[in-house]
Amino acid sequence: MIHHNEMIPQRPAPRHTLGPVAWLRTNLFSGPVNTVLTLLALYLLYLLIVPTVKWAIIDANWLGSTREDCTAEGACWVFIKARFTQFIYGLYPRSEIWRANIVFVLFFALIAWLAIPRLPLKRWVALFALVAFPVIAYVLLHGGHFDLPRVPTHRWGGLMLTLLLATVGMVCALPIGVVLALGRRSNMPIVKSFCVLFIEFWRGVPLITVLFMASVMLPLFLPSGITVDRLVRALIGLTLFQSAYMAEVIRGGLQAIPKGQEEAAAALGMTYWKRMGLIVLPQALKMMIPGIVNTFISLFKDTTLVMIIGLFDLLGIVQAALADSRWLGYSLEGYTFAALMFWIFCFSMSRYSQYLERRLNTGHKR
Amino acid sequence: MSVRPNARPVGHKPPFWRDRAKRALIFQFLLITAVIAFLLYIVGNVQANLSARGITTGFGFLDNTAGFGIVQSLIDYSSQSTYGRTFLVGLLNTLLVGGLGVVAATLVGFIIGIARLSPNWLIARLASGYIETFRNIPLLLQIFFWYFAVLRTLPSARDSFSFGEVMFLNVRGLYLPEPLFESGFGLVPLSLVVSVIASVALILWNRRRLDATGKRLPVVWLTLALIIGLPLVVIVATGVPITWDVPELRGFNFRGGVTVIPEFLALWLALTIYTAAFIAEIVRSGIQAISHGQTEAAQALSLPRNLVLRLVVIPQALRVIIPPLTSQYLNLIKNSSLATAIGYPDLVSVFAGTTLNQTGQAIEVIAMTMAVYLSISLLVSMFMNWFNARVALVER
Repeated sequence: MIHHNEMIPQRPAPRHTLGPVAWLRTNLFSGPVNTVLTLLALYLLYLLIVPTVKWAIIDANWLGSTREDCTAEGACWVFIKARFTQFIYGLYPRSEIWRANIVFVLFFALIAWLAIPRLPLKRWVALFALVAFPVIAYVLLHGGHFDLPRVPTHRWGGLMLTLLLATVGMVCALPIGVVLALGRRSNMPIVKSFCVLFIEFWRGVPLITVLFMASVMLPLFLPSGITVDRLVRALIGLTLFQSAYMAEVIRGGLQAIPKGQEEAAAALGMTYWKRMGLIVLPQALKMMIPGIVNTFISLFKDTTLVMIIGLFDLLGIVQAALADSRWLGYSLEGYTFAALMFWIFCFSMSRYSQYLERRLNTGHKR
Repeated sequence: MSVRPNARPVGHKPPFWRDRAKRALIFQFLLITAVIAFLLYIVGNVQANLSARGITTGFGFLDNTAGFGIVQSLIDYSSQSTYGRTFLVGLLNTLLVGGLGVVAATLVGFIIGIARLSPNWLIARLASGYIETFRNIPLLLQIFFWYFAVLRTLPSARDSFSFGEVMFLNVRGLYLPEPLFESGFGLVPLSLVVSVIASVALILWNRRRLDATGKRLPVVWLTLALIIGLPLVVIVATGVPITWDVPELRGFNFRGGVTVIPEFLALWLALTIYTAAFIAEIVRSGIQAISHGQTEAAQALSLPRNLVLRLVVIPQALRVIIPPLTSQYLNLIKNSSLATAIGYPDLVSVFAGTTLNQTGQAIEVIAMTMAVYLSISLLVSMFMNWFNARVALVER
């Protein structure tokens, strides 16, 4: 009989399950099929990466300011450099760009403050961002007060306009979305059917027809003599469209709150608005934040459509620059730049939304 | 619990603004009045504006001659056709790119979604790279990229890329050989119909036999053989009544065959690639939503791997996948309206664009266009709901 009084010492794992070779074997070459797939994928990557790196970095032209400076085979980043101010600010007058810069800095500072969980005074910063900031931004960008020369909206453009359209559209759509979502869950049949009709209508039509409608039909809807700025028309279209999608996200969040919460609040004698405002919405909002960020991402991408009704957002201004006879034939560079800008914004927002989802994923699991 | 000091005596009715039912009635009445007043206000303004501009309302303009040509049309169309015909051509073009886009995006999306879950590290990374790249770039930008940066920079007809001397790709589009059906080809579609009916009968019979005896035939292979085999046999038996009209370079352009215009190619590619990224994410999350216990239990019953997938994983995953998949299909069809930016003659481009500019009938044109998209949305979601209900029945 074999008998041990002490534990057998732990032995190290077999050598063939450790180290980079073992990792390669399990993850890349675990069988004949996987080996073939890996080799194919490597070949595909080779085909993709080598010419791209060569075009974008090794053979690219970085220095200079005119078309004649682009002599090498690869990309002509000189074009982007020459047009950079336009891509960011549109046709905003060069001498007034400092005003747009202040708004940019303030905007990103506020966003960062609200997005980083550790920073204090969230409530006051949010209040400032929603009430004071729009006024400051309008006064600075539009001018006409405090000795600032007026800059008409048709000179706004580029990344600035894209961010403006997306943010204003979002901020205006959120309260409408909340009302629509509450209305859709209402017991009153007329209110409910009105909300359902409204939501399904805007969700059923493409954004571009909405923008057409805003730019062509809105002037017909208003009494003659009243003209609405083109930018405002686009914003109205975007807001209506976005509010329907927002309403669905909010409805999803509301549905996730157990009915007991509302019933308990009702049992305490709270009115409808108190129940919603103090009990249900604060809990639901927490769950809706990832969904809201996702809708914001799609709105951000959708703002590119305003170029079809003649506004110069980031894509619109790139497209206009490509038609410039001095810089013909650099469409690849232009689109790459625009794509990179959009990608950076959208990707970081989607990562942030995933981070929030993990962070907020506490409790409420039944 | 203390009694409220001002508790009302029993039987006393509260004032009407404290009565929930009455308050709801009043509120709804106010809402309806506000909506109607708003609509009346708009209608009044519209009438005043239209009469000031001298535009007559009504759908009479649909019978007027359009006077412009359209590069791609599935039905007979010339510049002498009416605006009504223009509407139809645009609608068919929208449906064409939407339908082909849905098919291609589903295929690519499922492949990428499954690749995303591959045990092969490199394949999974590549798939997630695809997803993260394409869904974070605006669709319009992707359409512009394919159209202006790729297809518009292709060589001219003389230097076109040739695929086996039957397919040609150049700046004017993709040229494909066109099948020409000779007399006697009528039997082939007929045989296809027969084989489909036979397959359905076979499936039903097999199901009844399975219930009665527990034995099953390899129905999938049998029906495939029927549907492909029978028409093939008929084609061979009738002496192959198909000739191919291969495109040929004559002068500066190709003659014969089918031409796929670059606008269509760019739109279709961009729609497919963009939507496939979203579908891939849906497929991945659908498959991951099936708990591993399901697969293990099926394996414990010693089901072979393909049956584990077919009978356990896929039916359950489909239930998770289908609702978001439906909204992606709808998105794709609605996004096809971006055609107008590159001049593919879809509904929005030829009708809400050219026709509206020529006639000025903004209300009618926009209303018709929106009605089309609303009905497509309604039809697709009705079909998918029906399909979803069928799939959901798999769960007992």
